[in-house]
Amino acid sequence: MSGSSYFSVLTLAAGTVLVCAVAILWLASIRAVISMVAVQGASLGLVAVVLGVHLHDAGLLAAAAVVVVVKAVVIPVLLGRASGSDSGSRESRPLVNVPASLVASAALIVLAFVTGRGVAHFVGTRAGALVPIGIATMLIGFFVLVARRRPTFQIVGLLMVDNGIALTAFLCTAGFPFLIELGVSFDVLLGVVVLMVLSQRLRLEFGDVDLDELQELHD
Amino acid sequence: MLLMTILVLPLLGGTAVALGRGRTWSAWAAVASNGGALALGIIAAVRVLREGPLSGARGTLRADALSVFMVIVIGAISLLASWLGVRTPARAPEDGHRNPERSAVYGVLVQAFVGFMILAVLAANVGVLWVAVEATTIVTAFLVGFRRTRGSLEASWKYIVICSVGIALAFLGTVFVYLAALHAGGHSAHALDWTSLMAHARHFDPSLMRLAFGLLVLGYGTKVGLAPMHTWLPDAHSQAPAPVSALMSGVLLTVAFYAILRFKAVTDVALGPGFARTLLVIVGLLSLALAASLLIAQRDYKRMLAYSSIEHMGLIALGAAAGIRLAIAAVLLHILGHGLAKSVLFLTSGEILTAEGTSRIDGVRSLVARRPALGGLFGVGLVALLGLPPFSLFTSELVMVRAEFEVGLGWAAVLAMVAMVVVFIAVVGHARHMLLGPAGPPRPAGSSGVTAPPPRWVAAPLIGGLVVCGFIGVFAWPLSGLLTAAARVVAT
Repeated sequence: MSGSSYFSVLTLAAGTVLVCAVAILWLASIRAVISMVAVQGASLGLVAVVLGVHLHDAGLLAAAAVVVVVKAVVIPVLLGRASGSDSGSRESRPLVNVPASLVASAALIVLAFVTGRGVAHFVGTRAGALVPIGIATMLIGFFVLVARRRPTFQIVGLLMVDNGIALTAFLCTAGFPFLIELGVSFDVLLGVVVLMVLSQRLRLEFGDVDLDELQELHD
Repeated sequence: MLLMTILVLPLLGGTAVALGRGRTWSAWAAVASNGGALALGIIAAVRVLREGPLSGARGTLRADALSVFMVIVIGAISLLASWLGVRTPARAPEDGHRNPERSAVYGVLVQAFVGFMILAVLAANVGVLWVAVEATTIVTAFLVGFRRTRGSLEASWKYIVICSVGIALAFLGTVFVYLAALHAGGHSAHALDWTSLMAHARHFDPSLMRLAFGLLVLGYGTKVGLAPMHTWLPDAHSQAPAPVSALMSGVLLTVAFYAILRFKAVTDVALGPGFARTLLVIVGLLSLALAASLLIAQRDYKRMLAYSSIEHMGLIALGAAAGIRLAIAAVLLHILGHGLAKSVLFLTSGEILTAEGTSRIDGVRSLVARRPALGGLFGVGLVALLGLPPFSLFTSELVMVRAEFEVGLGWAAVLAMVAMVVVFIAVVGHARHMLLGPAGPPRPAGSSGVTAPPPRWVAAPLIGGLVVCGFIGVFAWPLSGLLTAAARVVAT
């Protein structure tokens, strides 16, 4: 792959990760959000593939395969199945409404570019210049965690945080050694499964619930 | 080979539970496997002191004095917790009789939990350490929500969401350390190995390391329960079954702190001791202040123990901030002493909860008169926890304070002592209500009416834990060599 096309594909893939994050903010239907999660996972995998081809790194290509399988296929399918029975599969009353969320996401992206510049400069490669995109995705994930109240949205928020960090890791260091990457993906997958089981139990126990209605425990 | 055996033993115990479908004999097999891990940990400690660091599984596992010390702590507390846990599943509220499937799930998860903690402290590579710590979050989430009550489900949801966020930040921190290591000439496959990190740390980029260590303290600090990331801790500790609370409070918090200690050593080489010290002093004092203020008006005795854990983690953070060899040795002794005392207390509080049917402080009265065994254990446990002699927490707190004065952190030590006095008064006040006073008339409905004292095999390990905690407070010799060697690994 020639230098310039390598970089433009890489930018496109990394950019898609961020675009998906922003799209999740204004989508209210859980189905649409889950498909965005799948696209985001696939783009993350594409970043790893492009980097792996460019650096001739077989370990990175293997990691890319794991990422695609776990984040673009398995987790979205599981999420879709779990929310299929969810009667309230829309975020009806988010704590922060959509326009305000979009403004917040713009602010977070600016913040990411300001704070990520130092790291980007340190990495020194062209891929490294894209590090702020990963940080922005992570920050938007945090925002989803605090601003959305349905359990499924919180799981999606966690996944976005995780994807943002994974993107940062790929761009900074071309990923961890493969075995660690495998362990990380496995942990993410298990974490999502546990959260889905818990959210189902919450639904059984509390009925259709917003998370800020959980007020049983306090001092 | 030895390290691999230590790692596999608890998992074998878990397999036994799975095969035995949670029957009582299989639960005892799990207890035995944890005891075996403890014994092998002691053997490993002797070997490390004699021959230097051990490695196993083709270099994936590595044990220096610090690791084997943590293995011993994990072994001791998991022995206690699984011993008392033999009859835990039987008590799940919705089924009075023993539900075999749920007992099996419970036992397997507890053993997996122990196994991942051992992996965390034996991993040669800080990336594997991260994977193991994250895995403990996942297996314990189900254990926290094991009773499936509203409260426990809420607690486990908060627990896993908050800790996943924290651990994600720790991952980002690890990424930045890796980046620094690669730039300093580390080879990608081994750049995250502890030995390689320490060897190259002098050349790590300082500003990147500041960012990385900040994220690591924030991230692993969430799991340690340091303020301001502590919010999951009181909920999870008060809702989990007692043996799980004992394991979480006694060792899980300090396994996460072990990660901070390791990275602190790397950061100290890269930046000098000032940066890590400042950060740890801030979170330590915050945790102490928060725990002290919330303990005063506490109404639930399991939550009281949970806030006390935040207090002790704050003390440990301050001790680590001092950073000299004396301080780290005291921190490690405190980790062991607190682990023993706190797990005995959580296990006893589980017995009290079963006997009295409430976890409210004002729901329990004159326990010493009515249930001398439980009341006595709880009382003596609190004496140990509050740092009174002869228990080892007295020694370790004293030494930490001394070390803090030595490095010019005397002001922080004074503030910490103020918080400790507040905690002391608050806890003694609550305990007085629970433990003392005349027996009075039999209580009306609301208590579950269990009056028999706990059987001897339940009381024995609890008494044993307190005796060990007192013993190591009086006689330092069995541990002093190991503590000094372990402190040398990470001290400045």
